[in-house]
Amino acid sequence: MMKRQLLKGNEALCRAALDAGCSCFFGYPITPQNQVPEYLSQLMPEHGRVFLQAESEVAAINMVYGAAATGVRVMTSSSSPGISLKQEGISYIAGAELPAVIINVMRGGPGLGNIAPAQSDYFQSTRGGGHGDYRTMVLAPASVQEMYDLTRDAFDLADKYRNPVVILADAILGQMMEPMTITREPQPVPPPSPWGARGTKTGKRTIINSLYIVPTDLEATNKRLQEKYAQMAREELRWEVQGPADAELTFVAYGNSARVCQTALRVLDERGIRANLFRPITLYPFPYEPLARFAEGKKLLLTVEMSTGQMVEDVRLALEGRCPVRFYGRTGGVVPTPDEVAEAMEQAARELSTADERVS
Amino acid sequence: MMTSEQAPMKKVFERTQGLCDIRQHYCPGCSHGLIHRLVAEVLDELGVLEQTVGVCPVGCAVFAYDYFNCDMIQASHGRAPAVATGVKRAYPEAVVFTYQGDGDLASIGMAEIVHAAARGERFTTIFINNAVYGMTGGQMAPTTLLGQSTTTSRKGRDQQRAGYPIRVAEMLATLDGAVYIARQTVNSPKAMMAAKRAITTAFRAQLDGLGFSLVEILSSCPTWWGRAPKEAMDWVDEGMKSNYPLGVILDRTAK
Repeated sequence: MMKRQLLKGNEALCRAALDAGCSCFFGYPITPQNQVPEYLSQLMPEHGRVFLQAESEVAAINMVYGAAATGVRVMTSSSSPGISLKQEGISYIAGAELPAVIINVMRGGPGLGNIAPAQSDYFQSTRGGGHGDYRTMVLAPASVQEMYDLTRDAFDLADKYRNPVVILADAILGQMMEPMTITREPQPVPPPSPWGARGTKTGKRTIINSLYIVPTDLEATNKRLQEKYAQMAREELRWEVQGPADAELTFVAYGNSARVCQTALRVLDERGIRANLFRPITLYPFPYEPLARFAEGKKLLLTVEMSTGQMVEDVRLALEGRCPVRFYGRTGGVVPTPDEVAEAMEQAARELSTADERVS
Repeated sequence: MMTSEQAPMKKVFERTQGLCDIRQHYCPGCSHGLIHRLVAEVLDELGVLEQTVGVCPVGCAVFAYDYFNCDMIQASHGRAPAVATGVKRAYPEAVVFTYQGDGDLASIGMAEIVHAAARGERFTTIFINNAVYGMTGGQMAPTTLLGQSTTTSRKGRDQQRAGYPIRVAEMLATLDGAVYIARQTVNSPKAMMAAKRAITTAFRAQLDGLGFSLVEILSSCPTWWGRAPKEAMDWVDEGMKSNYPLGVILDRTAK
């Protein structure tokens, strides 16, 4: 407690799972998240918890479904192609309203892509990902500290909403080491949730199910899910602003891209250009209104992502045309440098003022 | 005529506590109802109904969660063994079973059942083999027999195009994690007794913590076999048994 320590991002989230009272982990090897199952294969049994290496990501997520159905805290971890395989199971978990924490240490795609850091699973994560009318809550850490803190929170949020929560990290956040401090007491394994399937001797017969054969029943269920998501949007929005809030040039970026933008702010500052950073931490629900308020009076928002432009669509939805939104991205596992991101901001600002001159 | 001297009626038979008092949706002559009852009776007689968590499949038995009078989880197609693994690992005190058809278990879910058996997961699988996809409309299953006509093999299953039927029980019996594997049927009172004994042994193996157990049950599908209920029951003997012999295929439960 309160001791500063040096940890890898992947290790930090393992510690967080243990400290959150996670009872079970089910996973399958895939780069760049292999430290998670490797570390948990030791850590979990040492603490009397369950670790199981599944035969596939498909099996792993269904083991998560089964364990979650008994009312315990459970987690799985994977990387982009493996997360694609889990989507059917995630849809069932959301449909049956079970809590679960799902880690995605993103890598380059599509297809087998590569094992380098990327942010190209934003759409998949924030739009549900699998079939049907559902969403997962998505938290985007930008430091090893947040890999720990947000994973701790993810278990509480999953339980609060009985909904899957995704930690959307990337290969850099998983692999890099940073000092971090555990500021919260580790939590013992909580008693199983009262709605869990643990036999009728509990005094009730429990059915865990996502099948509603009568359309109006499924519609009512989907509406209930939507109410849950609306509550998330009211109560759980998280974001952070860095740099002078009154600067008129704003980066919008999450996760590792936000870290790059943070350094780019210093590069721009050295050149006498004032700018700031709006960093969404909850990607679903997305902080639409906070971003819209923050953007009032801004000249330009530049969204920076390690993708060909996915979150930028939410930024445009937030702004509804009230402020110019530009995009700068690198893809395929390429990480932008602070210098090129600073240059992209300068260039976008230049183009905008040239366009303004042409208009006037 | 009632008189005061008549003794009160004696109850000689009642529904097993393992089944809910609800109308089942199965077709006339289908074996699912019989097999549900056997499983329910065994759970009841072993006194474990209140600690049981069942996992039902996608297929004709998808609504089994409404029929078994215990906690139930509905799994995605083929994944019941993975779901059951999650349940049993998270809550080892539970008695866990999966109830799966041949499309669910032997086709889309083959990986999950093989690995659950190889790990020696301490749950019991009731495997319903009727050699056809029932729920979706009578398509060819991995257990469809050569020459058997289905809606995706109208002229009969042809091994040149569709390969050969899979003997699941024999295949799983090669795995060291499995402790009891049997194949039975329910097309006569005698067969039902044998099937019930096998189901009992399978659950006992789980209760003793020995490993994975499975009972494959040759089952009738009058609707998609195009046979009357009685003929369908007969065809289990005439058409299926030669390819799927009955009996105990693996038994490591002996003390």
